[in-house]
Amino acid sequence: MLDTMWNWLHKLASPPMFYRFAGPAANGFGWLSLALLLPGIFLSLAGSPPDYQQGESVRIMYVHVPAAWLSMFVYMSMAGAAVVGLVWRIKVSHAFVRASAPIGAAFTFLALVTGSLWGKPMWGTWWIWDARLTSELILLFLYLGFVALQSAIEDRDTADRAGAILVLVGVVNIPIIHYSVEWWNTLHQGATVTKFDKPSIDWRMLLPLLLMAMSFTFYYASAALRRTRCEILERERNSEWVRELTGGIDAVQ
Amino acid sequence: MPFNEFLGMGGYGFYVWTSWALAFVVLIVNYIAPLRREKQLLRQFSRRERRRTQ
Amino acid sequence: MHPATATRAMSGVSLSGALWSILKRDLLVAYRHRSQLANPLLFFTMVVTLFPLGLSPDPQLLSTIAPGIVWVAALLAAMLSLEGMFRSDFEDGTLEQMLLSPHPLSLLVLTKITAHWLISGVPLLLMAPLLGGLLNIRPESIGILLATLALGTPLLSLIGAIAVALTVGLRRGGVLLSLLVLPLYIPVLIFGAGAVSNAAAGMDVTGQLAVLGALLAFAFGTAPFAAAAALRISLN
Repeated sequence: MLDTMWNWLHKLASPPMFYRFAGPAANGFGWLSLALLLPGIFLSLAGSPPDYQQGESVRIMYVHVPAAWLSMFVYMSMAGAAVVGLVWRIKVSHAFVRASAPIGAAFTFLALVTGSLWGKPMWGTWWIWDARLTSELILLFLYLGFVALQSAIEDRDTADRAGAILVLVGVVNIPIIHYSVEWWNTLHQGATVTKFDKPSIDWRMLLPLLLMAMSFTFYYASAALRRTRCEILERERNSEWVRELTGGIDAVQ
Repeated sequence: MPFNEFLGMGGYGFYVWTSWALAFVVLIVNYIAPLRREKQLLRQFSRRERRRTQ
Repeated sequence: MHPATATRAMSGVSLSGALWSILKRDLLVAYRHRSQLANPLLFFTMVVTLFPLGLSPDPQLLSTIAPGIVWVAALLAAMLSLEGMFRSDFEDGTLEQMLLSPHPLSLLVLTKITAHWLISGVPLLLMAPLLGGLLNIRPESIGILLATLALGTPLLSLIGAIAVALTVGLRRGGVLLSLLVLPLYIPVLIFGAGAVSNAAAGMDVTGQLAVLGALLAFAFGTAPFAAAAALRISLN
């Protein structure tokens, strides 16, 4: 059983196989994401109680927290794929890393803006240098740095491997950054205590939170696979299988 | 709950709805963009193939 | 240095001989261009000067923010000096020779980093108390300032080396280098400047110094490998 799984993974390393697999897989993940999103939205906006302190503004949490979780999850996935790409020299893996970056950056950006919107009614300012938001901001810098490095290097192979090193250096630094920002924040703790981390959360709030988080995760899988397909097409434009693929397509669908 | 109150979100309406709207924009854009790009690439390549086989 | 000399230094010689010749050469070249050594120091000084000019010359205010300013300025000066780490070797072909050397590339890189720190980092260390004084820094925190910079500047060189190695082949890698390296520098800044501020407030800072020490040890053990891998990738 492990054998067949290994065989299948091995096949996926080939660009045309991955391309063929990724289409239906992306669709599948997309539907899963939607299936979780709908109850998630309903429960977040209507089916859950307002917070006794923050009132209805807590509903922003159901977008902010999953976005923040995803911003980290995407980076971790990129790191995993980077290792696979470097160690086993699998180009499809590198394509996945490159495809994931804009999605991760988008989630980070979303986390920052919704964090800001959540904070304004709470603390009166549009931005607060608390540990969570500051760490998210630095994570955004890491994503943007990766994208900048990739676009600065012309050779695809070099860009792939340099980017992979950068992602791995970044992933090692993330716990260090989190720890240092936490420490820095407690050092300068003002009167405001951020409400981003609730110590014990009512299950009626936990459920929509988890639904949204899982929805976002499947969404990432779907969107990343779609982007990876584009990456693969671009990289393999001159190969036999792409030419066969597009030779058969006469009319635009 | 009457719809007006739902929209108002206890006074936080602007913040809540902007956040959610932004989330939808992000999700939709990041899904549509690769779909369109892929179609564009396939179109480009098929045009190139036709030119080559002519 | 002539590439042939580099090859001789690299392959026919023992490991310690190769490392020593790299170190000696870099220090010699720096000494020959010693007027250029002053540039990062000048930058350091000017950046520090900007703050009273941009904020206020009030001695009370300055003494509160002095640790942060000195640290930020030192960090920026260190960052600016990074590009020189592999630039001349890249241009005259020595770097390629190093990649072909039988000696472990990570050790060769570590030597380059050491040379870089001695040339760019140590002067910052020596300059810092003076600039702290300009900002009315509390005298009792000067010792900690030096301690944090002594631990921090080699850290900055080690971390920076990875970013330089990733961008060494690029034509205009300068700004990109800064973008890549600054997020990685943030923990060093937090603990370094934080320790000095805490010392000024009379608090115990052994914890922060320990963290800096641990980070330095970790970087010392891992950054040369990462930088070596990055060099191999950049030079194909």
